[in-house]
Amino acid sequence: MSRSAFTLDGAEVPFDDGQTLIEAARAARRYVPFLCAHPDYPAHGSCRVCTVLVNGRPMAACTTKAAAGQVVESDTPALTADRRALVQMLFVEGNHFCPGCEKSGGCTLQSLGIELGVTSAGFAHESPVRPVDASHPDLLLDFDRCILCELCVRASADVDGKHVFALSGRGLHKHLIVNAESGRLVDTGMSVDDAAASVCPVGVILKKRVGFSTPIGQRPHDVATPRQQVEGKEGA
Amino acid sequence: MLECHPRKTACGVQGSERVRSVSDILDAHWREPTRLVQVLRDVQRSHGNWLSPKALTEVAAGLGLPRAQVEGVAGFYAFLHLKPVGRFRVLVSDDATDVFAGSRALLAHLAERLQVAPGHVRRDGQVSLDVTSCTGLCDQPPAVLVNGLAVPRVEGARVDELVACIEAGTPVDAWPAALLRVDDGVRLRGPVLSSMLAPGEALRRALAQPYDAQVRTLTESRLRGRGGAGFPVVTKWATCREAPGSAVVVCNADEGEPGTFKDRALLAGCADLVVEGMTVAARFTRATAGFIYLRGEYEFLAPHLREVLARRRAAGLLGRDVLGERGFDFDVEVHLGAGAYVCGEETALLESLEGRRGVPRHRPPFPVTRGYLGRPTIVNNVETFADVAVVFGHGVEAWRGLGTGASSGSKLLSVSGDVARPGVYEVPWGVTVREVLALAGGADAQAVQVSGASGELVPPREFDRRIAFEDLACAGAVAVFGPQRDLLDVVTNFARFFAHESCGFCTPCRVGTHVAARSLDKLASGRGSDVELAELATLTRLLRDTSHCGLGATAPNAWRHWLEKFPDDVRRRLRDGFTPGFDVEAALEAGGSRGASR
Amino acid sequence: MTGKLRLATTSLAGCFGCHTSFLDIDERIIPLLERVSFDRSPLTDVKHAGACDVGLIEGGVCNEENLHVLREFRAGCRTLVAVGACAITGGLPAQRNRFDVGALLHDVYVAEPGLTRRGVPDDVELPRLFDRVRPVHEFVKVDYFLPGCPPPADAFWAFLTALLDGREPALPKELLRYD
Repeated sequence: MSRSAFTLDGAEVPFDDGQTLIEAARAARRYVPFLCAHPDYPAHGSCRVCTVLVNGRPMAACTTKAAAGQVVESDTPALTADRRALVQMLFVEGNHFCPGCEKSGGCTLQSLGIELGVTSAGFAHESPVRPVDASHPDLLLDFDRCILCELCVRASADVDGKHVFALSGRGLHKHLIVNAESGRLVDTGMSVDDAAASVCPVGVILKKRVGFSTPIGQRPHDVATPRQQVEGKEGA
Repeated sequence: MLECHPRKTACGVQGSERVRSVSDILDAHWREPTRLVQVLRDVQRSHGNWLSPKALTEVAAGLGLPRAQVEGVAGFYAFLHLKPVGRFRVLVSDDATDVFAGSRALLAHLAERLQVAPGHVRRDGQVSLDVTSCTGLCDQPPAVLVNGLAVPRVEGARVDELVACIEAGTPVDAWPAALLRVDDGVRLRGPVLSSMLAPGEALRRALAQPYDAQVRTLTESRLRGRGGAGFPVVTKWATCREAPGSAVVVCNADEGEPGTFKDRALLAGCADLVVEGMTVAARFTRATAGFIYLRGEYEFLAPHLREVLARRRAAGLLGRDVLGERGFDFDVEVHLGAGAYVCGEETALLESLEGRRGVPRHRPPFPVTRGYLGRPTIVNNVETFADVAVVFGHGVEAWRGLGTGASSGSKLLSVSGDVARPGVYEVPWGVTVREVLALAGGADAQAVQVSGASGELVPPREFDRRIAFEDLACAGAVAVFGPQRDLLDVVTNFARFFAHESCGFCTPCRVGTHVAARSLDKLASGRGSDVELAELATLTRLLRDTSHCGLGATAPNAWRHWLEKFPDDVRRRLRDGFTPGFDVEAALEAGGSRGASR
Repeated sequence: MTGKLRLATTSLAGCFGCHTSFLDIDERIIPLLERVSFDRSPLTDVKHAGACDVGLIEGGVCNEENLHVLREFRAGCRTLVAVGACAITGGLPAQRNRFDVGALLHDVYVAEPGLTRRGVPDDVELPRLFDRVRPVHEFVKVDYFLPGCPPPADAFWAFLTALLDGREPALPKELLRYD
């Protein structure tokens, strides 16, 4: 029995019932740019980078279920421009100092920016003041880099069963908090072995004493770009 | 599964400022996590107007919730405070209409009289001062909220009175009634505002009809939701009825669109009609539970609403076996918001109702199939429910005899700004902007903002356009700006409003509304160029196409109509070439490297 | 293209690392010099930029002298390029943005132990500091951005040769980096 399919930029993509556009595209080794989506977690839909046109209508590919006959456009100049602007917004919202960041070369935001050809932050920088939390013996929180994807919130709640992280504030003042009256990570039940300790796509949650251990040239992005990670080297 | 217990709430969350322990407050809310926002409101009220870290810990433990989640919820709402505020927390309405009525001068004046800078707490802890989004009192500006209660027309001797009450330390619920009295503001009555239906009358007529006839009545009435989107009522209700599970009826009284206050008038003057419509909806959808989600700014209406609910309960119009019909059990409770415009979006409202941050949900599923606690839920505007009661009470013919083809019946408009007679006008759909201006006395308007910040700015050459779903859809606000106003001030005010009210979930809205407001500020400061126009054009498209919900998608309406329809006004703001968006000399002065301390 | 392309380069609040990386084009500097002549640059010691085709700006803007030079470049250069992390984001010097400058100066020149405690230098010849270090695009219109800390030598080469050949200077992804 043949499976149902939609078209992505003209190419047919088969899907299983219940799959989202981005899941089906990934399974078919076709790259749709994304940021907050993670294969191990339910779709979040907050970064909006995976916005595609479904039958001409803009939708987030991570939260939209695939349906037979959908005409999906992703690789268009307008959508690429939108995605660049979204990435630029994330860069000016926080303090992203790539040259000094432990996560450089393995950072999803950085890799996406490069993938999309983003060369500058475009907008004016917010330069927010967000103190580091170094209270925990094994982990460091550098809130400057947070993109509010809630992966740590979800990992801690759903996998670790600990609810170490949550979001507070709203609008541009939205920010990550930890589950302690003191507001310090050391006073939560967080452990370096938690799923939440390894899930951060950017450089907020860092394990102490292991930074910069991978030489330049061997870091995840050096080995494979986001597109190559989905499509394989030859696909690029 | 939770059913509502209105008799218990009636005493549980009402106004007294006496100190109650966190534990008592939790008990009054049955330690029910869905009531978190209500719990936090009450804890704050009886614990010095703010939520201390210790109080949050206690609430979390009492409700069995992660502490971080409780803090996250508290941090979401503008009227919940994680840092100390004054024993009197004075918030001046910052809506464009209030600003034009002198709210900025009022803020400065209050700062001087009360000896406290805006955004700060006075040293003795007695009073804090700040601004807040539109309070729904644009017909009685400038307005102020003190500890959540509305004080309209804060000018002249009323300022002295307000200051005296604060300095005397008089609890707000003991303030002179005249100071806190909010007029209903009704200027023109139509079939809804003049309805003389006795409580229960419309409901009896609805109950006399079998379901099919009810469907026919609603279908023939062509009634569409009054919250803005105009979704056909019968479709929403019928879908909800078909969905499995015990249904819920929610009245969206989170009237937050700047310049809108018609629901305030309805709830103050026609609450029975509103609850009657909700009860008809309950019968239609077989719902057992109802909520009125009342915006925090309208806290002053809560006692009245609870009285109406109690009276209806006593009269057998709510509760078990409504109107003696066996098995028709339906009750309604009032749930207060806490300062979040986004909760007017129905799924954000449901999140808030469940005790969470008011972040809009992904759709589908839609609330009609999976809404409050996963149950099929209809969320309708206050006015929609009142209309339903009128349709069933006075008949379909009278209703659809009013209005236009796609917009049947009447519409309540909140007219404010530069008009001689601001207030609530009930007009037939299809009325032109010019006719509204004639009614309210605003013939010299240079522009009219129809349907609030997310609506449309209409120039005089379009004043013959009709207010109707087929032309100028309107949820209620008609803000009039006279020739003396700077429209860029209006537009910038709206953009700031969206930046302030963005829930922050999605990137484009969280950052984009802020960037747009900054670009408009730059234009207003005379530093703008075509660079800013290009940036605003980019943001307009980006927000419309990539936002998670309607707030972000409609936020660009705040500025795009001005850019498109007032090109001369735009052009005179532009200078040649790019200029920094900040004051370079001030940034050097702020660097403070000269004459620094030795 | 007729004649030589006139090129100016400077470093504002930067470390000259981008210039060093530029020089890492090694012997390719010789064919480049056949098509390019240098105006103001650390390589020439020309003090002020004149009318140029291209200006390369390294470093962000931390004081009023930086701004003065930046404005001179913007006025003189047809095409202005922000080069490197500091010019594009503020970079390392912008790490001071979380602090109050006055308090920082006090800490360094007054409070902290040192050989001399003569207070915060306030000679009028010293350029005033900005409250924050900002990238150059927040002060002037920038035509192109060449990111990296520093941008690889090949990125300079690809960028300049594209400009010289009259092509749109789009960097291949391999040469696009933020660190």
